[in-house]
Amino acid sequence: MHLTQGQFSFLPPLTDEQISAQIRWALDHDWAVGVEFTDDPHPRNTYWDMWGMPMFDLRDPAAILYEINECRRAYPTRYIRVTAFDSTRGWEAPRMSYLVNRPEEEPGFSIVRQEGEGRHITYTTHSYATEQPPGERY
Amino acid sequence: MGDREGAGTMPDGVDLGALFLETKIQETLDELDAELVGLRPVKTRIREIAALLLVDRARAQLDLAGGNPSLHMSFTGNPGTGKTTVAMRMAELLAKLGYVRQGQLVAVTRDDLVGQYIGHTAPKTKEVLKRAMGGVLFIDEAYYLFKPENERDYGAESIEILLQVMENQRNDLVVILAGYKDRMDTFFASNPGMSSRIAHHIDFPDYSLDELVAIGKLMLAAQQYRLSDEAEEVFRRYLELRMTQPNFANARSVRNALDRTRLRQANRLFERRSARVTRVDLMTIEPPDILASRVFEADSQGNDREQGG
Repeated sequence: MHLTQGQFSFLPPLTDEQISAQIRWALDHDWAVGVEFTDDPHPRNTYWDMWGMPMFDLRDPAAILYEINECRRAYPTRYIRVTAFDSTRGWEAPRMSYLVNRPEEEPGFSIVRQEGEGRHITYTTHSYATEQPPGERY
Repeated sequence: MGDREGAGTMPDGVDLGALFLETKIQETLDELDAELVGLRPVKTRIREIAALLLVDRARAQLDLAGGNPSLHMSFTGNPGTGKTTVAMRMAELLAKLGYVRQGQLVAVTRDDLVGQYIGHTAPKTKEVLKRAMGGVLFIDEAYYLFKPENERDYGAESIEILLQVMENQRNDLVVILAGYKDRMDTFFASNPGMSSRIAHHIDFPDYSLDELVAIGKLMLAAQQYRLSDEAEEVFRRYLELRMTQPNFANARSVRNALDRTRLRQANRLFERRSARVTRVDLMTIEPPDILASRVFEADSQGNDREQGG
């Protein structure tokens, strides 16, 4: 199963050149680019680990691509995403977020049905990967 | 425009002139000429580099192989000969020519690169290199990076990382090393790897008296001051004396002298505050402002004081 989260996720994986171009766009807008990684692919998981600091002081994609590659080297089997944070008043939110690395094997999600009162059923998704403890998932 | 269209339909030629205009190199070169007095060899080399990059661009348009030229440089010269100023211009010029993407100048010294304990240096150096990517990294007084008397000095580690990036990421940044001539020579002699990775060794000559006067006038003009005719004569004599004294730092000394002169001019105007001062008064430096300097005093007394006044 190919995880679709964030921008460009229905496209084939971005090449480094395309990633650089996207970073360029973010930097041209003065957004701070950060690199994050996780091994919990649930769509509601907003708490990804940060790779270093958000790069407020960098002006060139090459430097950020370098950090992305360092992160890929350290965590080759995790999801890695690039976010661009807009600190402009009124926004103060990530304006871009896209995956740049994913595990080779993506087991996907199951649907969990919970029977409630009466004939009421609540549904939730469950990632097969999270059945293993953190760090052993992929 | 007609020429450029012609170039487009005829793939065996490129209009260098149009390319030249398009990149606005002339503007930067003119600025360089106007703002920097003298420095013949430096300007010649910059012109050559600009020409090379322009030709490379033309070649690329015709699909000719272009070896990415290495543009790492070393600026050597005495204090105050304009090394930092030229480095700043260089960043701008390289950005206009499309050699670097951003054209920012990151100026650092040993402190910014070398750490204080084991394992501190590499991340620190990398941090600086990342900030400089897409632009120019200017390392002032680069010879401090290498301390031969202490073999456990972390400077060597920093140099190693620098060399690696200078070699592998030539497209991402340009490194300019600067420092005094003799010490840089020792630095390069003990780091042959560094010396061989730097394509352009540019030496900044000292300024002549005429050039120093011209520099002083430019500095004043930039702050909307001017020398009266007599004051210019006195200023010339001042510089003549100052040049023979120790710790003379070319343009930097001129700037310091002018700052003190402005102080005295302000004081002179303040003393006679009962009278109205005109626009011309406020702008003009008169001989007494310069003559009050200790440089003249030292000359008449025959002793030489260190700092010049």
